[in-house]
Amino acid sequence: MWTSIKRVIKAGVVNSYRNGFVSLASVLIMTVTLFVIGSVIFLSATLSASLEEIRSKVDVNVYFLTSAKEEEVQTLAKALRTLPEVKEVEYISRAQALLDFKKRHENDELTLQALQELPDNPLGAVLNVKAKEPSQYEGIANFLKGDSALSSNTKNVIDEVNYYDNKTAIDKLSGILISAERLGFGFALLLVIISISIAFNTIRLAIYISREEIGVMRLVGASNKYIRGPFVVSGILYGVVSSLLTLALFYPLTYYLGDSTENFFSGLNLFRYYLAHFGEFFQILVGSGIALGAISSFLAVRRYLNV
Amino acid sequence: MIYFDNVSKIYSDSSSALDNVTLTIHPKEFVSIVGHSGAGKTTLLKMVLAEDRPTSGTVLFESTNIHTLRRSKLHQYRRKIGAIFQDFRLLPNKTAYENIAFAMEMVGRSDDEIAVDVPYVLEMVDLGNKMWNFPHELSGGEKQRVAIARAIVNQPDVVIADEPTGSLDPINTYDIVQILKKINDLGTTVILTTHNKGVIDSLGKRVVTMEKGRVIRDDPTGKYVL
Repeated sequence: MWTSIKRVIKAGVVNSYRNGFVSLASVLIMTVTLFVIGSVIFLSATLSASLEEIRSKVDVNVYFLTSAKEEEVQTLAKALRTLPEVKEVEYISRAQALLDFKKRHENDELTLQALQELPDNPLGAVLNVKAKEPSQYEGIANFLKGDSALSSNTKNVIDEVNYYDNKTAIDKLSGILISAERLGFGFALLLVIISISIAFNTIRLAIYISREEIGVMRLVGASNKYIRGPFVVSGILYGVVSSLLTLALFYPLTYYLGDSTENFFSGLNLFRYYLAHFGEFFQILVGSGIALGAISSFLAVRRYLNV
Repeated sequence: MIYFDNVSKIYSDSSSALDNVTLTIHPKEFVSIVGHSGAGKTTLLKMVLAEDRPTSGTVLFESTNIHTLRRSKLHQYRRKIGAIFQDFRLLPNKTAYENIAFAMEMVGRSDDEIAVDVPYVLEMVDLGNKMWNFPHELSGGEKQRVAIARAIVNQPDVVIADEPTGSLDPINTYDIVQILKKINDLGTTVILTTHNKGVIDSLGKRVVTMEKGRVIRDDPTGKYVL
């Protein structure tokens, strides 16, 4: 038993080596396939990271009238902090708001001059409220609108709660991202299917070349297992080589793309992502390479065993 | 040891390759089957090797009906037969040595046996110096000698040779026939098809003559008569 396993493995390795050109073609095609599979993983990671990032940008801002006293604002902040849905409440005082405004418009002389003309700081205090879950904003906004927890005079000092303005923009943006994710996924799936069938056919062609050899082996009395074994070993070998090649290809590629993706896709650096998830990439690519090579060889040989 | 019982093979309605052939081949016999191209010689041998199945009739090897064997068991039966073909049918990606070693490996012989037997049979067919050449580096006669070595290395009960000299020159033809004769002298049944008159006349063994799928003559020490 061990002897024939050893012989089958040896024959598979020697055959791949002797059919050098065919092996090279198979390995290259399989590399393309695995590259597509790897790219799909990167794509979905990028999209979900962007979506996550946009969701985390959502908050509710409570703008106060300039006449609002600081203790009134603090009272509301305290009331908000007691709500179970609220994760964080950030208080920005009038003075801080003015500083932020000036900083934002430091290159805009006209606006700064207009600000100078005003007798008083025109900006009110602000509370930035962040919820634990995006779905909870609605409740917080309703809480601020309703009068249950707020005394009437606190309510009077609120100028505006901007949740509803932001909501449409946020919903639209995440809608776009979700459809982009779906579309991208569908497209990627199609690509994966196409490239798998190309790889499958390449291996079938490689074995088609050996069809007469398979017939001869049958006629001189070799068992099906003994004929098929070396082809499956070759297929596995192609899978291993091409997955390692793909893993090696992704290294310089993500390194090169890393910085630009970080700027573009809200903070996801592909290179760091690749290094952090190298184990998963290794398992997925080597696993699918081996499976693809072994299964397509197994099926392709079967056709020629009926002698 | 091999019995053809009313075997017919019809490929299409208009032509039958074998037409009610009944023939017995005894152990240790050397049988030559002669006839024109298309007389059914090759089809007859394909039946023995279970490469093709008859339309009607049965082919028995000892007591087993060859064509009722399951496909998954077929290889065990084929190991009892050494097959030689006109077009050699060597494995192109294996050297002469490996081609013969393959036949031994597939039946599970040990590495030690292979290391002893392969050079021995190659020496026997006078190819000791071409052991590590690939088939494309060998001449026709040399390829056929490798094929013979592969056919006999597992000491089969029968060697069937389908026009083994069909694509060889007279000197190589003579050598191949001498090797087959030697195999037969050592006790192996040999079935040979040929349309080479010289081969038949020099053998002086049983000759079965076929025409249009039928056996028309069967001489125990025949000459080539057509």
